[in-house]
Amino acid sequence: MMPDLGKYAGAVLSSYAVALGLIVVLVALSIWRARRVKAALDLVEKRNKRHG
Amino acid sequence: MGRYVRFMSLWEYANPVKFIRTTDVVLPWVSVLAVLCLVVGLIWGFFFTPEDYRQGSTVKIIYLHVPAALMAINAWMMMLVASLIWIIRRHHVSALAARAAAPVGAVMTLIALATGALWGQPMWGTWWAWDPRLTSFLILFLFYLGYMALWSAIEDDDTAADLTSILCLVGSVFAVLSRYAVNFWNQGLHQGASLSLDKEENVADVFYFPLLVCIAGFVLLFIALVFLRTQTEIRARRTRALIAREQQG
Amino acid sequence: MMALLARDLKLAVRAGGGFGLGLAFFLIVTVLVPFGVGPETALLTRIAPGVLWIGALLACLLSLDRILALDWEDGTLDLLATAPLPMEGIVSVKALAHWITTGLPLVLAAPVLGVLLNLAPGGYLWVLVSLAVGTPALSVIGTFGAALTIGLKRGGLLLSLLVLPLYVPTLIFGAEVARRGAEGLEVATPLLLLGGISFGAMALLPFASAAVLRINLR
Repeated sequence: MMPDLGKYAGAVLSSYAVALGLIVVLVALSIWRARRVKAALDLVEKRNKRHG
Repeated sequence: MGRYVRFMSLWEYANPVKFIRTTDVVLPWVSVLAVLCLVVGLIWGFFFTPEDYRQGSTVKIIYLHVPAALMAINAWMMMLVASLIWIIRRHHVSALAARAAAPVGAVMTLIALATGALWGQPMWGTWWAWDPRLTSFLILFLFYLGYMALWSAIEDDDTAADLTSILCLVGSVFAVLSRYAVNFWNQGLHQGASLSLDKEENVADVFYFPLLVCIAGFVLLFIALVFLRTQTEIRARRTRALIAREQQG
Repeated sequence: MMALLARDLKLAVRAGGGFGLGLAFFLIVTVLVPFGVGPETALLTRIAPGVLWIGALLACLLSLDRILALDWEDGTLDLLATAPLPMEGIVSVKALAHWITTGLPLVLAAPVLGVLLNLAPGGYLWVLVSLAVGTPALSVIGTFGAALTIGLKRGGLLLSLLVLPLYVPTLIFGAEVARRGAEGLEVATPLLLLGGISFGAMALLPFASAAVLRINLR
């Protein structure tokens, strides 16, 4: 299944690893921050509703 | 605290809410499509395309390098348009979308630079050459860094939006100037456009179609991330506004 | 406007105004470079124009936060904003004052420091000319950066991060004029482009700087 990358295997594989790694980190950070901020907002809104 | 009260007024409040509501519906679809395109395009490109007769298997890097480079520039364009909308229409979502896009653009620039260096090593025999395009991208990366740093340095939201918008406008002019200056300064090693309408210069069809799918994947990924991050910025700002109001009375 | 210019110049020359600091920095950079790259004369001759340009640029950068910060802190800027003078005029005068106190001394010092770096005989004139044409752009762009970061507590580093990418075109063309001049090549094209950037920046950037200042004074 794995194609024969010849003598450039290192360059090709590492660029895929670097690029996909960066994308995954970016997506993960975005989602993580989205969840955290959403939770914080829910908390504050609930508190606000209770108080009036 | 006047500005927070202004933020709560109906028009400005309704729009962010509408934005969140709309994107909540659209976001899952865009995300799924983005993942689909990326998976199909990258697998197609990685496993089922031949090697180039000159570049060998390194040609497979094109499926990451070219879409990332395109998005690096397009993200800045989008920020420029969003900044203009903010300056002219004072549309809060627009300013926040520009802020949300910047880190995505910066990461795309980084990917383009990293894959370019990895590609350049076997092809040009060096990791880094002061080639005009590489140099321009490095400068673009610096612009992204400055833009994000200015956003996070200013506490007042509206001031930050105003100042970063103007920086984005001025930066765009200077980015274009730098591009020409760098061209003047050093003729490069870089191959010509891979996607121009001029058929002669284009990459061959075998590489072209998976490349298009990958580009679509990157565009969709960018849209999904900007939607998500803009939602986050809106929520973060609303949280700050509510807390400020609590402390007020 | 003349009164404002005279006041700024007087303040800069007075003790504590930081006048001469940029020059000292320029001297230090020029002295440090041979320690870094070695005393070989041929090499120094080759890199001299570029080193002089980078030294001048960094010396200019060092003094940028002084353009507006003092007036911001003591409230002078608020007063100026209510004066009949348009904000664009104020920032232009500020940039001009910065150029006279920092840029002009650098221009005049560059040929002298060129001796230290063994600059080629033909290069003195062109280093002088390119800096004379280019440093006004550095001052104007720097004023824009200073206006952006004026309200920030730790603006110094951010100012450098914002301004340095904006300096790239000026540096490229300026150093190119100096290099070509030193090597006895034709300099008209980069010199015209450098002049274009300089005049363009002087004509247009004050509007951006003024807008930024108005936002910051809000």
